[in-house]
Amino acid sequence: MTVTHSPAPGAVWRRGRWSLLVHRRSVAVGLTLFGLVVAVGLISLAVGDYPISVPDTVRTLLGNGSVDTDYVIFEERLPRLLTALAAGAAFGASGALFQSLTRNPLGSPDIIGFTAGASTGALAAFLLVGTTLQFVATGAIIGGLASAVVVYGLAYRRGTTSYRLVLIGVAVQLLLLSTNTFLLMRADVLDAQSASWWLVGSLNGRDYGYAAIAGAAVVLLLPIALLLHRRCLMLELGDTSARTLGVPVERSRLAVATVGVGLAAGATASVGPIAFVALAAPQLARRLTTATGPGVLPAALMGALLLSVSDLIAQHGLGEDQAPVGVVSSCLGGAYLIWMLSRTRQGG
Amino acid sequence: MTADLLTAPASRARPARRSRRFRLATGLVLACAGLLCAVVLSVFLGARPIDLGVVLDALRHYDPAVDDHIVVRDLRIPRTLTGLAAGAALGLAGALTQALARNPLADPGLLGINQGAALGLVVAVAVAGTTHPLSVVWFAFVSASAAALLVFGIVVRGRGGADPVRLILAGMAVTYVLSGIVYAIVLQDYQTYQSYRSWVIGSLASPDPDQLAAMTPFLALGTALAVLLARPLNVLALGDETGHALGVRRARVRGLAGVVMVMLCGAATVLAGPIVFVGLVVPYLARMITGPDYRWLLPYSTVLAATLLLVADVVGRVIVRPSEVAVGVTMAFVGAPVLIAMIRRRGRLPRL
Repeated sequence: MTVTHSPAPGAVWRRGRWSLLVHRRSVAVGLTLFGLVVAVGLISLAVGDYPISVPDTVRTLLGNGSVDTDYVIFEERLPRLLTALAAGAAFGASGALFQSLTRNPLGSPDIIGFTAGASTGALAAFLLVGTTLQFVATGAIIGGLASAVVVYGLAYRRGTTSYRLVLIGVAVQLLLLSTNTFLLMRADVLDAQSASWWLVGSLNGRDYGYAAIAGAAVVLLLPIALLLHRRCLMLELGDTSARTLGVPVERSRLAVATVGVGLAAGATASVGPIAFVALAAPQLARRLTTATGPGVLPAALMGALLLSVSDLIAQHGLGEDQAPVGVVSSCLGGAYLIWMLSRTRQGG
Repeated sequence: MTADLLTAPASRARPARRSRRFRLATGLVLACAGLLCAVVLSVFLGARPIDLGVVLDALRHYDPAVDDHIVVRDLRIPRTLTGLAAGAALGLAGALTQALARNPLADPGLLGINQGAALGLVVAVAVAGTTHPLSVVWFAFVSASAAALLVFGIVVRGRGGADPVRLILAGMAVTYVLSGIVYAIVLQDYQTYQSYRSWVIGSLASPDPDQLAAMTPFLALGTALAVLLARPLNVLALGDETGHALGVRRARVRGLAGVVMVMLCGAATVLAGPIVFVGLVVPYLARMITGPDYRWLLPYSTVLAATLLLVADVVGRVIVRPSEVAVGVTMAFVGAPVLIAMIRRRGRLPRL
C-alpha cells in the first residue's frame, strides 16, 4: 500500500528487521503537546492559596522541598493533577479508538452505551445505596461495563458490523438516558443537584487512590491501544477490505472496543463521566497532526492537556465559585473546536 | 426478439412501481388512522378516570361548574394538541436533519437547538427572573435559533461548504459550550435547577395554550416549506454533483432545509422539552418502510412521530396512576426495544 495523496508524510526508521514509519508532523505535534502538558502541570502545582514559585515547585518534585511545600504539593495538589492527567489521557485515547472503530466523528465510549450506563450506575448507587465517592464510582463501573456488554451482545448476530453496533448503541443509550432522567425526577431536588455535580465530572477531593485507578488504565491499556494501531487502520478501510487483507475483523473489533471501554472505565471511576473529552480530544489532535488512523497517542496527550487546563481554570479562574471541571472542559473544548472548524479549510 | 428483450423489463417494472405506490399510500392512510386513534385515546384516557359520556358532554355542552369538564377542556385537549404538534414537528425535523447531515446519528437537537433552548430557559429564570410561560417560550425559541445559526455560521465560514461531518462537529461543539454554561448556572442555583429539571425531562404535563399559539406560525410555515423541499432533497440524495447537474442549487436547498429544521425543532423543543427519541428514531424507521423517497419519507415521519409521542404520553399517564411518568421517559422505554428488535431482525440496514 502506498500513500499517494500526500508526498512523503514521514521518514522510515529501520533497525535490522524492524522498521517504523514516522509521521513527522505527528511527532512534532506530540512533542509540543507533551511540552504544554508539562508546563500546565507545573503551573497547577505552583498556583493556589499557598503560592509556590516554579523553581521551588521543581525543587520540591525532585525531593528537595521544605516541609510546607512538600505538604502542599504532595498531599494536596499532585494527586489532583495526576488524576486529571491520567483521566484526560484515558478519555482521549478511548475516544480515538471508538472514532476509528465506528468511522464516525460522533464515535466515543458513548456509542457503546458506556457513559450513559456509567451515569445510570452512579445515579442508582448515589440515590439508593450511599453517597460516598467509592459507592458512586463502583456503581459507575458496573453500570458502564454492563451496558457495554449488553450493547455488544445485542449487536452480535453471526458477527457484528460497525454500523449495527452504532445503532444499537444509540438505542440503548437513549433508554439509559431516560432512566437517568427518571431517577433524577424521583429523587429529592437537592440530592439530584449534587448527583448532577458528579455526573458533570469533578476533581474535588481526589486523592492518590483515584489517580491510581485512572493511571493503571493508562499504563496497562495505552500500550495495547498503540499495538492495535495497524488493526485500526485496516478496519477503517471497511470490513470487506480488511478481511481481504487478512485481518480477523471480528476479533480485532472486539479487542479495540474492549481496550476503549477499559480506558473509559478507569477514567470514569476517577473523575465521573466527562464524555466530552473523549469526543473532542481525538478530533482536535487529528486536525493538528493531519495523520490518518486512530492517532491514539496525540489524542491521549490532547485529552490530558484539555482536562488539566480545564481544572486549572475551574479551580482558580472563576473567582470564589468553583465550577466542576466538566463544565469548564466542555466550554473550553467546545470553543476550541469551534475556532478550529471555522479556521480550517477542509473537513475530514 | 430484440425489441421484446428491451421492452419487457420496462413494462414489467411499471405495474410494480404502481403497486408499490399503492402500498405506500395505503400504509400512510393506515398510519393516519392510527394517529386518529392516538388522539382519541389521549383525550379519553388520563390519570383521572373520566367516563366516556362525560368526556363527550364536555366536548359538546361545556359546563365550567363540572370539574371533569374543566380537566378535559383545559388539560387534555391542549395536551393532546401540544403532543400532536410537537411530535409531528420533531418527526419532520428529524427527517430533514438526516438529509442534511447524512448521518443516522443526527438528531435535530444535535445542531445546538436543545442546549440553545435550555440556555434560553435558564437565562429567563435565573437572570431575567421570570417564569411566565410566554416569556420563557420566547427566550427559549430565540436562543435555540441563535444557537443553530451559530452552528451554520461556523460551517459556512470554512471553504468546504455545508459538509456533513463539519456540520455535526460544529453542532457538537456549540452544544457542549452551551451545556457547560447551562450547568454552570444550574448547579449554583436551586430555583433554576428545579425549572430546568422539569423542562429537560421532556413532558407534556403542563400544556399552555398561549405557548402553543405563539409557536403555531413557525410550525405551519415550517411544514409548508418542508413539503416544497421533498423533490429537491430527492435529487440531492443522488449526490452533490448529480444534483448540481440536474439543476438543483445545493446551497439553497441545504440552507432552506436548515431553516425549516430550526423552526420545527425549535418550536417543538420549546413546547415539550428536549425529547430526543422521536426525531432520531422515527425518520429512521420510516426509511425502513418507504425507502429513500422524501415525498413518502416526510409524511410518514410526521404521522408516525406524532402517533408515537401521543401513545407514549398516554402510556405514561396510565401506568402509574394517579401519578405520571414524563413522556420523554416512556418514549424511550416504548421506542428503544422496538428499534433494537428492528435493527436485529433486518439483515441489511438503510444507509444515508
